[in-house]
Amino acid sequence: MRVKRTLAGFSALVTASVLTLGACGGDSIQNADEPAGGTKDCGELNMAVNPWVGYEADAHVVGYLAQTKLGCTVNYKDLDEQVSWKGFGNGSVDVVIENWGHPELQKKYMSDQGGDGTAVDAGLTGNDGVIGWYVPPWMADKYPDITDWNNLNKYADMFKTTESGDLGTLWDGDPGFVTNDEALVKNLDLDYKVVYAGSEDALIQDFRKAEENKTPMIGYFYEPQWFLAEVPLVKVDLPKYTAGCDADAEKVACDYPPYPLNKVVSSSFADSGSPAYDLVKAFSWTNDDQNLVAKYIAQDQMDPDDAAKKWIDDNPDKVDAWLKAAGVSS
Amino acid sequence: MTTVTTTTTTGAVRREGALVGVLRARPRVWGLLAVVVGWIVIWSFTEGSHTLEISASTQTGVHQWFQDLSDSVGEAFASQSNWFVVAITDFADAMDSVFTWLQHLFTVAEFPRPLPQIGWLGTIALATLVTFAVAGWRLVLLVVPAFLLFGCLGYWAESVDTLLITLLSVAISCLVGIPLGVWMGHSKVVAAIVTPVLDVMQTMPSFVYLLPFSILFGIGPAAAIMLTLVYATPPVVRISAHGLRTVDAGVLEATDSLGQGRLRRLVRVELPLAKRTIIVGVNQTMMAALSMATIAAYVDGPGLGQPVLDGLKRGQLGTSFVAGICIVIAAVMLDRTTTAASVRSEQARRAGDRGRRLRRVTLAAGAVGTLVALYLSHTLVWANEFPSKPDLGTPIRNAVDDFGDWLLTDLSGFTTTIQTDFTNWFLNPVQSLVAESPWFVTGTAILLIAAIVGGLRAIAATLVCLAGIYLLDLWYNAMVTLTSVLVATVLVVAIAVVLGVSMGRSLGVDRALRPLLDAGQTIPPFVPLIPVLILFGSNRFTAIIAGVIYAVPIATKLVADGIRGVSTETIEASRSTGANRWQEITKVQLPMARGSLLLATNQGLLYVLSMVVIGGTVGAGALGFDIVKGFRYADYAGKGLAAGITIVLLGIMLDRITTYGARRAGQSAVVKARRPFRRRPMFDALV
Repeated sequence: MRVKRTLAGFSALVTASVLTLGACGGDSIQNADEPAGGTKDCGELNMAVNPWVGYEADAHVVGYLAQTKLGCTVNYKDLDEQVSWKGFGNGSVDVVIENWGHPELQKKYMSDQGGDGTAVDAGLTGNDGVIGWYVPPWMADKYPDITDWNNLNKYADMFKTTESGDLGTLWDGDPGFVTNDEALVKNLDLDYKVVYAGSEDALIQDFRKAEENKTPMIGYFYEPQWFLAEVPLVKVDLPKYTAGCDADAEKVACDYPPYPLNKVVSSSFADSGSPAYDLVKAFSWTNDDQNLVAKYIAQDQMDPDDAAKKWIDDNPDKVDAWLKAAGVSS
Repeated sequence: MTTVTTTTTTGAVRREGALVGVLRARPRVWGLLAVVVGWIVIWSFTEGSHTLEISASTQTGVHQWFQDLSDSVGEAFASQSNWFVVAITDFADAMDSVFTWLQHLFTVAEFPRPLPQIGWLGTIALATLVTFAVAGWRLVLLVVPAFLLFGCLGYWAESVDTLLITLLSVAISCLVGIPLGVWMGHSKVVAAIVTPVLDVMQTMPSFVYLLPFSILFGIGPAAAIMLTLVYATPPVVRISAHGLRTVDAGVLEATDSLGQGRLRRLVRVELPLAKRTIIVGVNQTMMAALSMATIAAYVDGPGLGQPVLDGLKRGQLGTSFVAGICIVIAAVMLDRTTTAASVRSEQARRAGDRGRRLRRVTLAAGAVGTLVALYLSHTLVWANEFPSKPDLGTPIRNAVDDFGDWLLTDLSGFTTTIQTDFTNWFLNPVQSLVAESPWFVTGTAILLIAAIVGGLRAIAATLVCLAGIYLLDLWYNAMVTLTSVLVATVLVVAIAVVLGVSMGRSLGVDRALRPLLDAGQTIPPFVPLIPVLILFGSNRFTAIIAGVIYAVPIATKLVADGIRGVSTETIEASRSTGANRWQEITKVQLPMARGSLLLATNQGLLYVLSMVVIGGTVGAGALGFDIVKGFRYADYAGKGLAAGITIVLLGIMLDRITTYGARRAGQSAVVKARRPFRRRPMFDALV
């Protein structure tokens, strides 16, 4: 009997409360209006989001504008670089908004490089990528000459860790990043061993820890990167880069080339006549711009769209120029 | 002072005496000792020669062969050149559209509608109704707060996406898996063919097929579902087969004598009797599917995995943690509901007419209420969009972030010393012995150990696995990984024995620890990884600790079950002989729970092994690194595949050695390990 009463009471309660809530009313759901602007239909925009925060900053600034000003449906897809490029072919990815070189992928997918022609270049992002070896700021203060590679052997003992035996440890990051470090160590006769931290997150945690505890560390890093706003790592000068000095991967003995970062889109997207393509093509900003939005996301923990909106509201001039190219007056 | 010294010396002598006693009584322990000493002697002369080490960027002919293989499979899919490929692609496309449809229903707004078709109120009402129908009203009291928590923690849509993708995958797993399990239960030949395939499906690290799958099935839901299917189907197959096999033969004979056909027998007798076991299999499959949520996020699988990885990427411990909590809640909810459903399936048969009628009335009333709720959440904003207050997510996130800062500023200096000492004094020497000895020396030593522990059949399995590892050209890395796995397992067993014994002896400790262990088993391993990274930096030690954290819960539960399984009479008897607590544990409880201890070791090894890849992302290098590199760099996919197979071979080798060892020990053990279902049923048929 007891059980019966409990159950009956329970179901009555559910029904009654639902009915009461219904009677309260409230705003009903209205279909959205067609978005203003865009003379041409935008449709869907499939934006790859590669796994670093700077990329996310670019992706959401462009994506937010496409969504709010051009009326596109923007799909963000969290993907690795390799997978993103592969996605150009079957239409699952339209845009890679920040590309770091990748000659091997260009060869595979760009027709002017002998590829299958599913990817095309959409111009520079205005960001200059820098790759190199970095030390935490406290080291650059204490040992000013450490930023010259010639002195690295002098300090090698300091960089010994449990992972490198008698040699100093040169930390590398994610296995997917462009790196010549093993060849560099060999060809510059450095008493170091390349040890892979295994991911960008691990590398950042290590640098953060090294600065906090004032422990020695030297490792592979790159700009633009939001983390440099938190801990301003100092770059070590390797032998100067000259065109072609890195032609033979086995014999590299010079610094990394500067990477003018560019945008890559699928050829079908480029031919679609979508105003979003014009927006992507027009998009260009500085390293400081990107670092700022990336900082909003990573350090201030803002939602990427909110971070994008904040920057867009603060920089109407730049934004207007891009929108004009896409045929919309903000 | 003198007296103290004397007593400790006598203590030491007595202990040595005990050791000699043990050695005399156990020739196998002697044998192991002899092998290790011989190994160390040979190593001291030969260290560093014939280690077969290759650099991270080197690829050999074998790796190139795998590369070509994966390329040609990729091309077959790209060109849709045969019926099999077309069928799989069609299936993946169908999955994609089914899932997108579900998302538009529950979580994603489809233009021009600004909100999904059904909002939170309707979803909760629906979940309540289903829970009541399958598991009873008690579980409703768990499910409703769980859903409310998803919303209050700020991950409503992600949580529902995760549930949708899990349930969809589980439905497909069951459609395929239960019939296959039934077939396996009836035919030994089928079982012999399918079992090794299931073994590989479960041990092959999912990172290995992450890249190929994303290429084959595109990115997003389809790839995520296919990925989940590979990992989650084996449990339901194995356990269904087990359920069919254990149907009482007497009952079958009795009903057969009535002259029933085979199909009739299956439907009327076998399936109803095995129903409860099969639901246990569904439960295990569901847990396995949920555990793929984070990995699936690497191919843009929707759900809670994405905020977990976002947190990792941005160094935000709090974000990962809160999303991880949602996964734990989802796991507890699904686990308890299916468990209750399996108990209920028994009770329902026994319940009388009156109970049934009452249930029908309640269900009908609930259905009406659900329809009203669905309608409301379809039309009204407040019933559709989860309210932004109360917000529990932000304070928890901030508190956890502060905790991370505290770890970094106040503890990380100290913990680095622990890491350095442990690595220099323990890990490096062991690794040097295993990996820096010539390959044939290490290989022989492993074979001898396998022979002593597991006997003839273990030698055969070990020989095959070692030969495979040698041929895959990753011997050195395999040995480095093996070292880490062994060291981690030693730690796991030590911790599991301490915790498990205290749980087994005290109900209070058990009640306090069990929820923590449940959470530890279901939280994505990426979440505890961040604080460990903060404390110890990226290196092999961090990877080992990550493996230990992942494996301790299951091993502890197994030990606790074993200790509790020792009969009270036996303990009373030992007490009456005047044994103190220490003697009671070491002389009675642990020896009698020996079967459970070995099972805990076996599961500890396999769990640690499944963390090797994640270890590769925090500085463990070796095989884990090769696999991650294979995923990140298309040109290294072949080497990654070879590394994945090497891990499978290591897993099979360690499993066979410990399994056969456990069986030999079990023959003399008084109490056999209770066969627990709650462990990951890896190599189930053999244990």
